[in-house]
Amino acid sequence: MDLTIFYGLTLNYAPRADRPPPNVSILAVEDLTVHRGYRCLVRNLSLTVGEGEAIHLSGSNGVGKTSLLETLAGLREPAAGTVAPLPEARFLHWIGHKNALNLSLTPQENLEFWCGLNGQPGTAVVEVLARMGVERVRHRPCRTLSAGQKRRSALARLLIVHRPLWLLDEPLDGLDAQGLQCFAGVLQGHLSAGGGAVITSHQPLPAGIGGIRPLHLS
Amino acid sequence: MSRSFIAALRRELRLAAAAKIEWLMPLLFYVLVVVLFGLGARPNDPQLAMFAPAVMWVGALLAALLTLERLFRSDYEDGTLEQVFLGTEPVTVVVLAKFAAHWLLTGLPLALLSAPLAGGLGLTAGAIPFLTAGLLLGTPVLTLIGGFASALTVGLPRAGVLLPLLVLPLVTPVLIFGAGAVRAAQSGLDATAPLYFLAAVLALAVSLLPWATAAALRNTFE
Repeated sequence: MDLTIFYGLTLNYAPRADRPPPNVSILAVEDLTVHRGYRCLVRNLSLTVGEGEAIHLSGSNGVGKTSLLETLAGLREPAAGTVAPLPEARFLHWIGHKNALNLSLTPQENLEFWCGLNGQPGTAVVEVLARMGVERVRHRPCRTLSAGQKRRSALARLLIVHRPLWLLDEPLDGLDAQGLQCFAGVLQGHLSAGGGAVITSHQPLPAGIGGIRPLHLS
Repeated sequence: MSRSFIAALRRELRLAAAAKIEWLMPLLFYVLVVVLFGLGARPNDPQLAMFAPAVMWVGALLAALLTLERLFRSDYEDGTLEQVFLGTEPVTVVVLAKFAAHWLLTGLPLALLSAPLAGGLGLTAGAIPFLTAGLLLGTPVLTLIGGFASALTVGLPRAGVLLPLLVLPLVTPVLIFGAGAVRAAQSGLDATAPLYFLAAVLALAVSLLPWATAAALRNTFE
C-alpha cells in the first residue's frame, strides 16, 4: 500500500515496503505535464507526498527538475494535470537554486525583509541564523560571504515559520560537511514533525534520514 | 499588509544607503544637463528663460529614467522576486513600496533641486513654485509608468535601450501639462488648471499601474 506514486511515462520508482502508508497527503499531483516553451519536460506525472515523507528528485541536467519544482510551487502554470492543494504561500516553503539574498544587504536584513513579505514579526531571524551556524556573519553584506554561508542563510528561512511542504532546489549546493549535517538535522526535524518535502539534488541526501523516497526523472 | 510595505520600503532605503552613487547619479545628471544648456546659450540671453520650462522638465524626466531600468532587475536575478510572489502578503504592496522608494530617492530630490536650477536659467520667481509643484505631481507618474515598463522588460537582455523608447512617449501628457503650467505662470496667466490635469493623471496612474506592474512581474516566471 505504499504505492503512493504511480509510474508515469518518465519515471522509475523503487517502492519501499518498510514504511507504513502515510495517512494524510500533503501534496497530491495528478497527471501533471510541465512544458517549458514548446518543450515537454515532464509528462503525466502522478505522485503524493505524505506526512513525514520526502521525495528526492534526481535526473540528469536539463531533464526538468527545476521546472517541475517551480510548477509545484505555483510559479509556473502546469500544461495539464492538477496539483492539490493549490500552491499557496501559507502552505509551502520554496528555496530555489537562487538564494534570494541581495548581495548588498546582510543575511539578517535579507531575512527581515522576507519576514515582512510573510507578515512575520522578524524577531526569530537571529535565532534561525544561529541554528544554521551563520550568526557570526549576519552583519556582513552577502557579497562578502562564501557560497555555503549564503546557502545556509537562504535555508534559514525554512525555520522562521512552520509550513507543511518544503520545495527545495539543490539545497546542498555549496554546503560543507558541517552544513550537510546541520541541514540533515533540520530536514529530519521537519519530517518527524509530520512535514513533507520535495528535494532536487545531484548529491545523495545526508544518510540517516527516514522517509526519503528516490524519484528519478529521465 | 502594512508590515510588508514597511519591510520593502526599509529594504530599498538600506540598499540606497549602501549604494549612494545609485541615487546621487540622477541628481548630478540633472544639474549637468541644465548647466550645459546654460553654457550653450548666449550669456544673459532672455530667450533662455523662454526655453527653461521645457529644459527643466525634459532634464528631470531623463534623469528619473536613469535608475528605473534596475528597479526590479536585481530582484529578478537573485531570486527575491520568487520569494515576493510566494509570500503571504500581496505583491502589489511590495510594488507600491518600491515605487514609493524610487520617488523618494529620485523624484522628490529632483523636484526640490529644480527650484535653484530654474533660477539659474532665468525663470521668474513667480513661475518657480509652479515648476516645483508640477514636478512633485509629474515625477511619481514617471516612476509609475517607468516602473511598469521596467517590469515588462525585466527578463530582456537589453532593457536599458528599450525602456526610454517605451516610457518617454507615454509621459508626453505629463510633459505638456507640466511645462504648460510653468509657461502660463511665466506669462502671468492662471497656472492651476494644468496642475489639476497632472494631479488627475497621477490619480489614474496610481490606481492602475501598481496592479498592472504586479501582473507584468508575474509573467517573468513563465
